[in-house]
Amino acid sequence: MTEPRGSALGHRLAGRDLTAAPDALNLLESSASADSADRQDLLRATSPAVLGYEPAGHVVGITGPPGAGKSTLISVLVRELRAANRSVAVIAVDPSSKRSGGSLLGDRARIDFDPADKNLLIRSMATGDRLGGLARPTRDAAAALSAAYDVVIVETVGVGQSETEIADIADTVCVVVQPASGDALQFIKSGIMEIPDVLVVTKADLGQIAQRARRDLHSALRSLGATKTSVVAVSSVPPASGITDLIDAVDAHAESVDLATERAGRRRAQALTEFAEEHGRKGMTALGGRRAAVKEVKTLDPTLDVPQMVAELLRRAEA
Amino acid sequence: MSDHRLPKPDRPWMMRTYAGHSTAAKSNELYRGNLAKGQTGLSIAFDLPTQTGYDAGDELARGEVGKVGVPVAHRGDMKVLLDGIPLDQMNTSMTINATAAWLLGLYIVAAEEQGATEDQLQGTTQNDIIKEFLARGTYAFPPAPSMRLIADMVAYTVTNVPKWNPINICSYHLQEAGATPIQEIAFAMSNAIAVLDAVRDRVDESLMPQVFSRISFFVNAGVRFIEEHAKLRAMSILWDELGRERYGVTDDKLRRFRYGVQVNSLGLTEAQPENNVQRIVLETLAVTLGRDARARAIQLPAWNEALGLPRPWDQQWSLRIQQVMAFETDILDYPDIFEGSKVMDGLVAEMLEGSRAEMAVVAEHGGAVEAVPYMKAELVESHRARIRKIETGEMKVVGINDYRETEHSPLTDDSEGGILVVDSAVEAQQTDALVKWRSERDQPAVDAALAEVARVAATPDENIMPATIAAARAGATTGEWSATLRNAFGEYRAPTGVGEAAGSVAGDEELEGLRDEVDRVSEAIGRRIRILVGKPGLDGHSNGAEQIAVRARDAGMDVVYEGIRLTPSQIAASAVQEGVHVIGLSILSGSHRELIPSVIGALKEAGAGDVPVVVGGIIPDQDVPELTAAGVAAVYTPKDYDLTQIISEIVALVAERNGVAQSA
Repeated sequence: MTEPRGSALGHRLAGRDLTAAPDALNLLESSASADSADRQDLLRATSPAVLGYEPAGHVVGITGPPGAGKSTLISVLVRELRAANRSVAVIAVDPSSKRSGGSLLGDRARIDFDPADKNLLIRSMATGDRLGGLARPTRDAAAALSAAYDVVIVETVGVGQSETEIADIADTVCVVVQPASGDALQFIKSGIMEIPDVLVVTKADLGQIAQRARRDLHSALRSLGATKTSVVAVSSVPPASGITDLIDAVDAHAESVDLATERAGRRRAQALTEFAEEHGRKGMTALGGRRAAVKEVKTLDPTLDVPQMVAELLRRAEA
Repeated sequence: MSDHRLPKPDRPWMMRTYAGHSTAAKSNELYRGNLAKGQTGLSIAFDLPTQTGYDAGDELARGEVGKVGVPVAHRGDMKVLLDGIPLDQMNTSMTINATAAWLLGLYIVAAEEQGATEDQLQGTTQNDIIKEFLARGTYAFPPAPSMRLIADMVAYTVTNVPKWNPINICSYHLQEAGATPIQEIAFAMSNAIAVLDAVRDRVDESLMPQVFSRISFFVNAGVRFIEEHAKLRAMSILWDELGRERYGVTDDKLRRFRYGVQVNSLGLTEAQPENNVQRIVLETLAVTLGRDARARAIQLPAWNEALGLPRPWDQQWSLRIQQVMAFETDILDYPDIFEGSKVMDGLVAEMLEGSRAEMAVVAEHGGAVEAVPYMKAELVESHRARIRKIETGEMKVVGINDYRETEHSPLTDDSEGGILVVDSAVEAQQTDALVKWRSERDQPAVDAALAEVARVAATPDENIMPATIAAARAGATTGEWSATLRNAFGEYRAPTGVGEAAGSVAGDEELEGLRDEVDRVSEAIGRRIRILVGKPGLDGHSNGAEQIAVRARDAGMDVVYEGIRLTPSQIAASAVQEGVHVIGLSILSGSHRELIPSVIGALKEAGAGDVPVVVGGIIPDQDVPELTAAGVAAVYTPKDYDLTQIISEIVALVAERNGVAQSA
C-alpha cells in the first residue's frame, strides 16, 4: 500500500526533499474537505512531536508599510543567504480583492531568482477572505517548510495588524521602514505596533538621512526600554549594503531565544484561538472560561501541532 | 502677396520608414532600396537583444535575433549596415535606449571609417529610458545610472556631435500603453524636465540653451486627429514656456518644439486590415495639417502591423502615403490653417489646463523618475478603461466591435499570410559570425577597453562616451559593453503597475457571472484558480499581459504576474513553485515559434507538463497549427478584444483539465 499523500509529503519535507514543497503547499492551501485528513497528516509529519525535535528552519517575518521596499530587500536577502549556501523558502503574501475575491500576486516579479536553483522556493499567497496581512494557510506553510528549509521568509501585506499577526508565526520579526517616514517611531511609541526583533531602515544609499533615521529609532527604542531590538540600515540598490548586518542581526536574535519554548507558546496561543473560533463560547465555558482555558492549554504537550492541541482541548472540554 | 498663402510652399518633412531585420547585410539592402524610392532619412530598428544589451547566443536572446529589427553586435555589423550610405549627409534615427550610448559609439566609429567626422553627423538616438520603464520594457540598468548615461550622452554630443539629437522624449509609447492625450503631454514634459535637470548637473550652465535646443520629441497620433493636433499645439506651448521659465532660454529659435512622429499602432486592427490604410492617412493629418505644430520627421506604420512584420512592399505603401500627402496635396502651401479657430483654441486650452495639473502631480511625487510607479499605474488604468469602452461598444472600432461582416481579403492570400517571416537560420548565423569576430579581434585591446568602461562607470563624475567609443573601436560587442555596465550598475525590474489598477466597475453582469463560475470551479478544485501571466523573451510590450492579469483578478482568480523578460526555465520554475492551474504567455515580437515550444519543453522537464498553456499576442494564423501541435491549449490575437470572454474560456479550460463538470 502506498503511503497517504499528506504524510508522504510530510516525510519528504522532514527528509529535506525540497521537491515536495510545491505539492505540500498546494495541499495546505486546499480548502477541500476531501484533503482535510491529508493536510493534518502533513502537519503532523513535520511537527516536533513526530520529528522528535523542533524543525530547524528559522522562520523570519518581514513586514512594513507598502512601498517601504520589502520585496527588493527580500531579493537581495535571498541572494546573500543562497551565497552562504542556506536553503530558502519565501512566502509572499498579497491582498485579495474584496469585490472579486481575486488577487494580483506581483512580488515574485520583483525577486530575482535562478530557475536552476533547487534550494530556493518562492511562493505567493493571497489573503483570501482573511483580514490582515497573512493568508489562512501561511502559518501551516511556514511550519511545514521550516522542517525542510534553513530559512523561511514570510513577507506580509504590510497593512493593518500585519506585525502583530506575523509575530504569531515567525521566530524573528523584521519591520521594514523608509528613513523619511516617522510612522514607525510613532507607532512604536503609541503601542500600536509591537516592538519588532529587528528594525530595518531601507534606502541606506541616501546616506545621512538613513543613518540619522537609524540613530533616532535606536535611541527611541532604548528610551522605551527595548534594548534587544537591533536597528539595521540597508540599501537594496547596487552596490547593496547592510545585508550581512541584517542577516547577522536575525541570526543573533534566533540564538538569543529558546525557540522550542517560543514556538510551543505560539502554537498554544493559536490552538486556543482556533478552539474558540470553532467551538465558540460554549466550548470555552466547558473549559471553565477563558482564564481557565489559558491555564489548560499550558498543560498540553508542547510538541503537539496545532490541530492536535485543538483536538486535545476539545477532548478535555467534552470530558 | 496675401496672408493666406505662403510666398513659396514649405519644404516637406523628413520621410522615414522604421526598418531593419535579419542581418546587417539584409537591412542595408532594404535601406538602400527605401532611399532609392524617395525616403529622405533612415530609421533603424534594432532587434531586441541589441536593444537590451545581449549578444546572439545568450539564453535571453533566444528566438529574438533579427526578429523585430537588425542585430548589431560590433563595429563590423554597423559598417555593413551603413555600407554605401554617406554618413556625412544622412540623417539617421536610431530606436535605441538602454544601449544608446553604445550604438552611438558604433555609429561614430562607422562614420569615422567612412571618413566622416563627429561634427558632420546628423540624427537621433531615442535614448528615453523613463518610457521604457513605463511602456516599452527594453531597459537594462536601474533608473539612476540610466539617467546618468542619458545625461552623459547629451553632455558629450552638445559639444562633440552638435547636430545630433541625443534624446527623443517619447510620448509615442505612452499612447500605445493607453495614455490619454493629457497623460501623454504631462508625462512626456515631466520626463523632459527630469532629463534636463540631470544634464544641468553635468554641463556648464552656459551650455543649457544649446542643450535645451537639442531635445526633440517622438510623439504619437491617433485617429481622433483634430484632438491629436491640438495635443501637439499644447506641447509646443508648454515646451516654449519650460525653456523660458525653467531653463532661462532667451533665444526663441532654441525653444522651438521639434518632433518626429510615428502614427498610432494601437488602433490598427488585425480584422479587415485594409482599413488601417485610411486610419494611417487620417492620423498623418494630425501631424501635418497645421503649420504651427507640424512634424519635422514622419514614419508611418504599415497596414499589416497587427498581423506581423511588414514586407518591403507594405512599407513602400506607407512611404507613398507620405509622398502623396506632401507632393500631391496643397498641405504645404499655406500658413497655419488653425490660427483663430475657436475649436482648436478651446481644445488647446483644455489640454494645457489638464496637463499642467497632471505635471504638478508628477512633480509632487518627486519628478518623473520617482513617479514611475505612479505613472505606470495610471497608464494601466487608462488602458483598462479604453479596452472597457471597446467591449461595451461605447468606443466604436470598425471591423472589431461593429461592422464585422466582411468579404474575404485578398491582401493576405500569399503563403506567408501577407507578412514578412524572418528566416530562423538567422540566429545561428549571427551566433557563428560573432564567434568568428571574437576570434579575429585583438582580445587584450578589447579587455583593456572594457576595463576602462568599467572604471568610468564606477566614477560618476566622468563621461561614459569616450571610453564607450574606444571600446567600439577596439571591437567589443553589444553584450560585452552591456554586461560591463550591468556589473557596475546592477540590474532592475520596473514596476508592473498591475497591483494598483482599479477593479472593474460594478454592474458588469458578464463579469459577475464569470466570478460565480470562478468561485464554483475553485471550490471544486479546492484552491482558488491560479494563473501565471508573463512574457517570455525580450519583448517588453507588456500592455496586453497587464490587461489580462487585471481582468483575471477582477474575475476572481489569483494571478501570479511575472512581468517581462523571462526565460523558459524561469517560467517553468515559477509554474511549479506557485502551483498554478494555467499559464498565459504573451509575445508580440514574432519569437513565439521558438519560445513557446521551449516553454512547454521546460514545463515537461520540470514535471508540470500537464499545466495548460494559452498564448496571446501577434500570432499569424498560419502559425497556430504548429503551436497547437506543440501543446498550446488556445491562441488569442488582437482580434480577440473581449477580455472577459478570453478569461471565461480560460476558466473553462481549467475546469476541464481538473475534471470539474460544467455547471448546470
